Amino acid sequence: MSLAAPTSKIALRISLSRDDLLMRVGLVALVGVLLLIVALPLWALLAKGFEDRDGHYVGLANYISYFSTPALFNSALNSFHVAAVCTAIVVPAAFMYAYALTRTVLPGKWLFQGISLIPIFAPSLLPGLALVYLFGNQGFFKGLIGGSIYGFDGIVIAQVFYCFPHATMIMVTALATADARLYEAADALGASKIRVFFTVTLPGAKYGLISAALVVFTLVITDFGIAKVIGGNFNVLATDVYKQVIGQQNFSMGAVVGMVLLAPAALAFLVDRLVQRKQVALLTARAVPLIPKPKFGRDLFFTAFCTLVSAGILAILGMAAWGSLIKYWPYNLSLTLANYEFANFDANGWESYFNSLRMAAGTAIVGTALMFVGAWLNEKTRGFGVIRGIVQLLAFLPMAVPGIVLGLGYIFFFNAPNNPLNFLYATMAILVINTVAHFYTVGHLTATTALKQIDPEFESVSASLKVPIWKTFGRVTAPICLPAILDIAIYLFVNAMTTVSSVIFLYAPDTKLASVAAVNIEEAGTTAAAAALCLVIVVTSAAVKALHLLADRFLLGRLQAWRRR
Amino acid sequence: MTSSSYLEVRDLSKRFGDFTALGSVSLDVTEGEFVCFLGPSGCGKTTLLRAIAGLDPQTSGTIRQKGRDVSGLPPAQRDFGIVFQSYALFPNLTVADNVGYGLVSRRQARGAIAKRVEELLAMVGLPDSGPKYPAQLSGGQQQRVALARALATSPGLLLLDEPLSALDARVRLRLRHEIKALQRRLGVTTIMVTHDQEEALTMADRIVVMNHGAIEQVGSPQEIYRRPATAFVADFVGSMNFLAGTLETPERVKIGGLVFACPMQDGLALGTKVRLSIRPEDVRVRDLPADVANRVPVEVAELDFVGAFCRAALKVRTDGDVALVADFSSNLIRDLGVDIGSHLDVALPPDRVRVYAA
Ligand SMILES: Nc1ncnc2c1ncn2[C@@H]1O[C@H](COP(=O)(O)OP(=O)(O)O)[C@@H](O)[C@H]1O
Ligand SMILES: [Mg+2]
Repeated sequence: MSLAAPTSKIALRISLSRDDLLMRVGLVALVGVLLLIVALPLWALLAKGFEDRDGHYVGLANYISYFSTPALFNSALNSFHVAAVCTAIVVPAAFMYAYALTRTVLPGKWLFQGISLIPIFAPSLLPGLALVYLFGNQGFFKGLIGGSIYGFDGIVIAQVFYCFPHATMIMVTALATADARLYEAADALGASKIRVFFTVTLPGAKYGLISAALVVFTLVITDFGIAKVIGGNFNVLATDVYKQVIGQQNFSMGAVVGMVLLAPAALAFLVDRLVQRKQVALLTARAVPLIPKPKFGRDLFFTAFCTLVSAGILAILGMAAWGSLIKYWPYNLSLTLANYEFANFDANGWESYFNSLRMAAGTAIVGTALMFVGAWLNEKTRGFGVIRGIVQLLAFLPMAVPGIVLGLGYIFFFNAPNNPLNFLYATMAILVINTVAHFYTVGHLTATTALKQIDPEFESVSASLKVPIWKTFGRVTAPICLPAILDIAIYLFVNAMTTVSSVIFLYAPDTKLASVAAVNIEEAGTTAAAAALCLVIVVTSAAVKALHLLADRFLLGRLQAWRRR
Repeated sequence: MTSSSYLEVRDLSKRFGDFTALGSVSLDVTEGEFVCFLGPSGCGKTTLLRAIAGLDPQTSGTIRQKGRDVSGLPPAQRDFGIVFQSYALFPNLTVADNVGYGLVSRRQARGAIAKRVEELLAMVGLPDSGPKYPAQLSGGQQQRVALARALATSPGLLLLDEPLSALDARVRLRLRHEIKALQRRLGVTTIMVTHDQEEALTMADRIVVMNHGAIEQVGSPQEIYRRPATAFVADFVGSMNFLAGTLETPERVKIGGLVFACPMQDGLALGTKVRLSIRPEDVRVRDLPADVANRVPVEVAELDFVGAFCRAALKVRTDGDVALVADFSSNLIRDLGVDIGSHLDVALPPDRVRVYAA
């Protein structure tokens, strides 16, 4: 007996507001842009690996020839070997350094923190150049080392310098979020220091350690500048790509090496994402921050350790700086500015530096706008789940792609005669586009995090008040996120100044960048001028960062009175 | 249903994947009414409110506002103002700019907007706060600014999602009255979500009690309190004694060795397991007539001083398994010399007793 009145179920038709439509159009456009600047170049690279020199499809022939050529395959083993050794050195060192910064009472903490960041402002070839001065064929301390610095040892030392800040930043974040209550509980239970370290400290930093290890591994395996300068006859994947493409003009084999290089980077990235996803569930909401108390022996030990590491970093930077100022290493040590007259070493002279500035500024402006607006569209569009998922995927992709691989993909994609966009090839624009794409993920993540932190109901309120959503974006969302926007812009600027790998294939004579010019000058054998150019880059990026910190501290408070309580 | 209702919700369902947050909810709200959605957290109050606003559209079902079918319309095409628990004030805009936010886009003259903002701020009791930023205000003041902002465009429907729950107790009490008075004065149809029964009882013209994505009862505060339609409502609103027993006759419930008279139960079959309920303050002690119904001899097992009255835990002397809670006024305790261990006779007035299927 069923007498229930049949309820007429008419399918609900949700109509879209103008805002909804606008946002969706924006998202689709963003997908289009990301496909063009990330996915399609990678696709072109993938396809190239299956073609011979004349563009005929040859199946796996290139791959087979790659894996059966010991010289090539050896580079892959070399890359893994170097990356594993560097990871094993950098991660414990960074852990200790970060431990000192977060868990001990360190005199001049900010100074140690600042020094640990220096390598970020340098192109990766700088530590290579410094090592050449110290231990190279004409090096000061050449006698101290048994063999030659060129090769495995040199790469490892330079990579440790170059990767150290990245690992340290991750470890500081991981260790800074400790819950003091856990330590109090362990103390109350009378656990020994060693036991507390292994049962509380280390597990708490577990995800940070994994993340740092993966980041270092990826950085080393994908870096090009260091191996180029100090690698000697020790071949690695990144230099092989360069040699195949620039040296032998064998684009197909370059593409194959690129794919081989892409695999570990992408894998490391994937593992990191999976691990980080787990971590979110572990964070407790009401952690009590840990404030370290002075303890003489421990503090002394860590102060000594940090001093040593900092001295190492400063020594490498200082060596490059000194070398750039010396007349004729090592025979005439009198000082000169001659090495800074770049016109004597490279046809472009100082112009490449100004190109770098233009490129970095362009990347900062275009990239920040694209990343922030893109993240905003992705966060705030109602419904449209599939497209938002695709945006998320495309935004994450660049993180997994080594710069040199992306750059190679750009050649194949943008240089194709049938690509209507090929007018971009060999312009400043393509350098900007490539750099934006290369560093897209971090900017996107920074913007997304900032957007998630503001009240999700702002858009609801403005819809109820009939204010278009883009007006709220301009009047409320963007101003509130200004610190994050500045962070993204500075991040892009610094990276655009220092990057070598992705742009090395894409510059034209009149758009050569300072970092590329440094590689060329070094190739031509003038270490001093290359070091000088690197130093100009370091000073510029560090100055921009310093300005940023000052602006953050003083200007933002003044311009945005509402931030003061 | 009445065609005069301002808001008609019909068969509204909302699913999140496999989870049904709202199951076929229907509801009418009259113009000018103050309605509260009351229920434990997670029961779907916010989901229903957001569907009415169009912020998170329902999976199925219709909503009509002032006769217009708004079921599928985006929020911007509906007529409502909303206040969130977080207030969602724009931190980078002054209080005046916050309140005037919805007015600016209506292309009104600058002077007219300023005047309206002043008027609204005066209305919520913050006449001089216009140039301040939200962070410089207290929680209660921020709440009022959010209210002024929501009312600025004179919406036909005001939606409030737990507007008071972020405030401390004293401010909350004062704002209850202010919001209610303001709502009366403006006559704006209002729906407020709350999990605080006291808030609902003091503010609402009608309360919609919800549980597990369904409406348990709709009624005036008196109806909800006096005649809870379900055991859930009885339990959730106010305190309630529940005594497990069996329905012997339509007007008698057997509990252990005792038999209680109750109002006529025609909906329940005889022999059904039932729960007999009575509020602690309805348990009578004084001046019991000799032939009073439902007289029970009890012993006072515990006595908790709660301020204005004492809450007594009573054990039935003839059947130690049956226990009751009753509220005794301080006068009563003094007059009758009630203390722990005292023996008393209490009565459960049959018209105050309600019976629910167990
Ligand atoms: N976006 C969502 N996705 C999945 N489940 C949700 C979502 N929003 C709410 N819910 C679930 O729906 C139920 C009702 O939520 P809500 O309406 O917010 O409850 P409340 O009555 O406390 O306001 C809860 O169980 C909640 O977990
Ligand atoms: Mg809620």
